[in-house]
Amino acid sequence: MSLSSTDVKRIAHLARIEVSDADVAASLQKLSSILGLIEQMQAVDTTGITPMSHAQDVMQRLREDIVTETNQRELFQSLAPAVQNGLYLVPKVIE
Amino acid sequence: MINSSIKQLAAMLASKQISSVEMTREFLKRIDQHNPAINAYISLDRDKTLTQAAAADLRIAQGNAAPLTGIPIAQKDIFCAKGWKTTCGSKMLANFTAPYDAGVIERFDATGAVNLGKTNMDEFAMGSSNETSHFGKVQNPWDRSRVPGGSSGGSAAAVAARLCAAATGTDTGGSIRQPAALCGLSGLKPTYGLVSRYGMIAFASSLDQAGPMAKSCEDMALMMNVMSGFDERDSTSLDRAKEDYTRDLNKPLAGLRVGLPQEYFAEGLDGAVGTVVQQAIDEYRKLGAEMVDISLPNTMLSIPVYYVLAPAEASSNLSRYDGVRFGHRAAEYTDLMDMYCKSRAEGFGSEVKRRILIGTYVLSAGYYDAYYLKAQQIRRLIAQDFTEAFKKCDIIMGPTAPSTAFKAGEKADDPVAMYMQDIYTIAVNLAGLPGMSIPAGFSNNLPVGMQIIGNYFDEARMLNAGHAYQQVTDWHLQMPEGI
Repeated sequence: MSLSSTDVKRIAHLARIEVSDADVAASLQKLSSILGLIEQMQAVDTTGITPMSHAQDVMQRLREDIVTETNQRELFQSLAPAVQNGLYLVPKVIE
Repeated sequence: MINSSIKQLAAMLASKQISSVEMTREFLKRIDQHNPAINAYISLDRDKTLTQAAAADLRIAQGNAAPLTGIPIAQKDIFCAKGWKTTCGSKMLANFTAPYDAGVIERFDATGAVNLGKTNMDEFAMGSSNETSHFGKVQNPWDRSRVPGGSSGGSAAAVAARLCAAATGTDTGGSIRQPAALCGLSGLKPTYGLVSRYGMIAFASSLDQAGPMAKSCEDMALMMNVMSGFDERDSTSLDRAKEDYTRDLNKPLAGLRVGLPQEYFAEGLDGAVGTVVQQAIDEYRKLGAEMVDISLPNTMLSIPVYYVLAPAEASSNLSRYDGVRFGHRAAEYTDLMDMYCKSRAEGFGSEVKRRILIGTYVLSAGYYDAYYLKAQQIRRLIAQDFTEAFKKCDIIMGPTAPSTAFKAGEKADDPVAMYMQDIYTIAVNLAGLPGMSIPAGFSNNLPVGMQIIGNYFDEARMLNAGHAYQQVTDWHLQMPEGI
């Protein structure tokens, strides 16, 4: 299993990671070797086996739909790269 | 003092032979002396640490001490600790100060333990050598040219160099056990769901589990009593009755059935490491354990399965780092999409990016059944291997890692070779079982770890097995030269 440069660029776009042509060239071989490793799975017959998503056979807990957190907007916004009037700032998305 | 057990340190505190402030200062002094070279810690905060120590002294004076009150513990930098810089080894979080405490941190704080500092780690816990950390590699105290293992490499080096009384780690595919093996200490990954993941920065949520890294199994039992327990804020935390993990430490081992998986002693295991592990197994025979040959036939498949499931979960978990509410944001960008792409390209290191790309690929349209679903099906086969094995034995023993500590840089350019470091540990995470590594001896002056795998919730029995061995051997008490 090997990837093309186009594949890597498409995946990187889906993952929202900027990659240069040099990055793509440098990562192609390593990504392909990992996919080669993963390919070993295809030799196993898994017909009829229930997928295992979780180590314990337990149900998701539910809780009452009530407020459990206190408002700490200022503390949390002190961590943000850019805020104004209590709002997080990002580049304009609506003209 | 530095080689004393937690119990001995607590006795010194109780008898006023030393105060927690004095003990903490002694460890801080050692950190000042050795950390510039070893690089086990990313962040220190003397004021916070000594304030906790002073509070612990007051509590001890009032007669309210718990077993860990006043004991200086190093915390892996994956745990959010309020007011502490919490980086997860990444540039993405290089300036992140946690606004809240992880469940694990709360529990240590509540019992009066002292947070000595935050330890170095592979970026977002992705690595087996600590070389992917944004904050530089960590030296193995036994041979400074070698890696300490990873991802909890800073915690392992801190315990090995006696720069703390004990430390915490997290283990997604071997990240507690492999560094414990490579640095000559004891490390336990508990049953999935026993220790809260709340505030523990997520890598692969269905596999991540926190546990103790310490000098002995007795120390780990005391730490498990603090760390484990239900937390409603972690949706996968198990609501079970509280256990005392020290309860079985001194039980005799006569009649204990120990399974030896043939796959763990096959091709790929370094011969000298195999010999040391066999000698440890002989010691268990003398202690009255019975050896049973078992098979875990899907062991080799655990690596491909893990490298589908863990990157898939990571690509989802790490999508939160978008440069908007916290974390790194690029200085220049043209629009929102460009801001996301540049911030993530700059904030993540190459191994993290590689895993995000693999995870994105295996989850992308048209590939889900062939990769993700297939991996979940084989995950069940791997878990069933253990269910079958535990019909014949009580615990499983084998090597923790296929070799001793390797040279820094040796595997850095070959991800697949690096991934093989976890060949004996990954299946345990996939099954959600508890696994532990204890020092079993040395090969060419480098520590060798023996792994003990237990059935679900069998930590007390595993700690019993480890403790019994540590009563008749002294591998766990040996210290590297020059520290």
